[in-house]
Amino acid sequence: MDLVTPNVGLIFWTGILFVLLLLILWKFAWKPILGTINKRNQSIEDALNAADKARQDMQKLQADNKKIIAEAATERDRMLKEAREFGDDIIKKAKEDAKLEIIKLKENAQMEISAQKAGAINEIKNQVAVLSVDIAEKILRRSLSTEEKHDDLVNDMLKDIKLN
Amino acid sequence: MVGLASIGAAIAVIGAAYGIGKIGAGAMDAIARQPEAAGKIQMAMIIAAALVEGVALFAVVVALLQG
Amino acid sequence: MKVSLFKYLILSLLIIASNALLASEEADTTKSNDFDVNEVLMHHIKDTYEWHILDYVNKNDEHVVVSIPFPIILIGNGQFDIFMSSEFHHGDKTVKRGNNEYILYHEKIYYKSENGNEHGIEYKLNDKGEKIVANAKPLDFSITKNVVGVFLIVIVMLLIFLSVARGYKKRPGRPAGLQAFMEPVILFVKNDIVVPVIGEHKSEKFLPYLLTVFFFILFGNLFGLMPIFLGGANVTGNISVTFTLALFTMLITNFSGNKEYWKHIFAVPGVPIWLYPIMIPVELLGIIIKPFALMVRLFANITAGHIIVLSLISVIFIFKSAVMASVSIPLGLFMNILELLVAFLQAYVFTMLSALFIGLAVQEEH
Repeated sequence: MDLVTPNVGLIFWTGILFVLLLLILWKFAWKPILGTINKRNQSIEDALNAADKARQDMQKLQADNKKIIAEAATERDRMLKEAREFGDDIIKKAKEDAKLEIIKLKENAQMEISAQKAGAINEIKNQVAVLSVDIAEKILRRSLSTEEKHDDLVNDMLKDIKLN
Repeated sequence: MVGLASIGAAIAVIGAAYGIGKIGAGAMDAIARQPEAAGKIQMAMIIAAALVEGVALFAVVVALLQG
Repeated sequence: MKVSLFKYLILSLLIIASNALLASEEADTTKSNDFDVNEVLMHHIKDTYEWHILDYVNKNDEHVVVSIPFPIILIGNGQFDIFMSSEFHHGDKTVKRGNNEYILYHEKIYYKSENGNEHGIEYKLNDKGEKIVANAKPLDFSITKNVVGVFLIVIVMLLIFLSVARGYKKRPGRPAGLQAFMEPVILFVKNDIVVPVIGEHKSEKFLPYLLTVFFFILFGNLFGLMPIFLGGANVTGNISVTFTLALFTMLITNFSGNKEYWKHIFAVPGVPIWLYPIMIPVELLGIIIKPFALMVRLFANITAGHIIVLSLISVIFIFKSAVMASVSIPLGLFMNILELLVAFLQAYVFTMLSALFIGLAVQEEH
């Protein structure tokens, strides 16, 4: 019975001491402690958010980089293609030019050849004429020793010339 | 009279012990089923056990008042 | 891990040993040779007007008691009296102040009765036929052992938490030392007890009270387990102390109760009107019963723990054999370790239920 009977004096002192403890701790301990913990939690959260944001930025940056690289690659491809086409064009053009030149050269050569041939034929003709004249002279000298022979020859010659 | 009060308290304690035992068994079962909810189950278990215990303590206090 | 476990074991053994010491000293105080367990237990658990350290019988066969006396403050017959408890000479002498003559009988102060026995104690029979003291009592505001115990808890808590708060001002980012030791406990109370039942936003207002009550009970329980230094007083196992704490919870719950809370009491939703005459008294009774259960739970758990440990130690003196120590000391050690758990658990339960009651009183309609 005694054990479970509250005592007014002890309740009084406990109440006073507890209220004092509560007020002092409230003002000087719990407020700063909880405030600091909350602030720290806030700062940690902020830091985490910032890290998240940084990561997202990084990802965006990486994506941008990829895009830029892809663009650069396509640009390079395009340039290469262009260069190749340009080169092909040049080669083609060079080939065509060369062909034309060859044709021209051929023509020139043919012309030259024909000219030479003509020249040569003329030369040969002249030579043949000279030789013929020489031969004829010699033959004449020998065969025209007689009159008859002389006449025959003239006749033959005339026949030949007509044919020509 | 003192003896009777003690026997009454003892009966109340048996009841409370059975109740707390059932709560503990239920909590174990629940934790085994859902280990990820262990924290919540523990809290609910302690509250339920405290409430059962409170009833038993009334009996003990009555016994003390008699004695 | 092993080393720390060993340390705990040593510490617990020391606690047990000093408990045994206390029990043995108390055993000698009984006048008769018979060892009265009840007397020893009640002496330990109840409040006293002095801090009893030890007593012995000296060479001249005189009973010497070594104890720290506390001031006694009495209000009676329009008089305000303050004197040291040593003036009672442990109940051997009466103290006279003006018209009042006080006597100390079984750790309680009464007015001396004219027609009492040689101690000035007058008995009467109660309705059960038991002899009880009939003397009138003055209003007693004495500084008793438990008041000093509460005072020690307050001082230790102030020292610890003010230094922790200073630590937070100095190093807000990285806790160190005591601050690092206390922070998880504070966060445990905040995040695992209070916030889940009251809610993040509303808990701010009640957190200081709940933290204070948690640490007050925790320190009270732990000091109660220490036999001499800081301890010895059975603070949280005293019904007046638990009554005060439960009263605070009750006041805070009812003063912060919102419209919903009172509606639940006076117009329980979903209950037909003809049931109101039953429901309203039940709900009103609930306002008292909830803190009453808080009060009794803490008191009974801590008192029961002390009684069990002391009973186990008393076994040695009941059997008057040191051999019994080999049984009762390990059992007492086990109980003391269990009490460490109970010390924490009861602080947790008290805080949790207080938070729950407050949480129910401030919750919004859902």
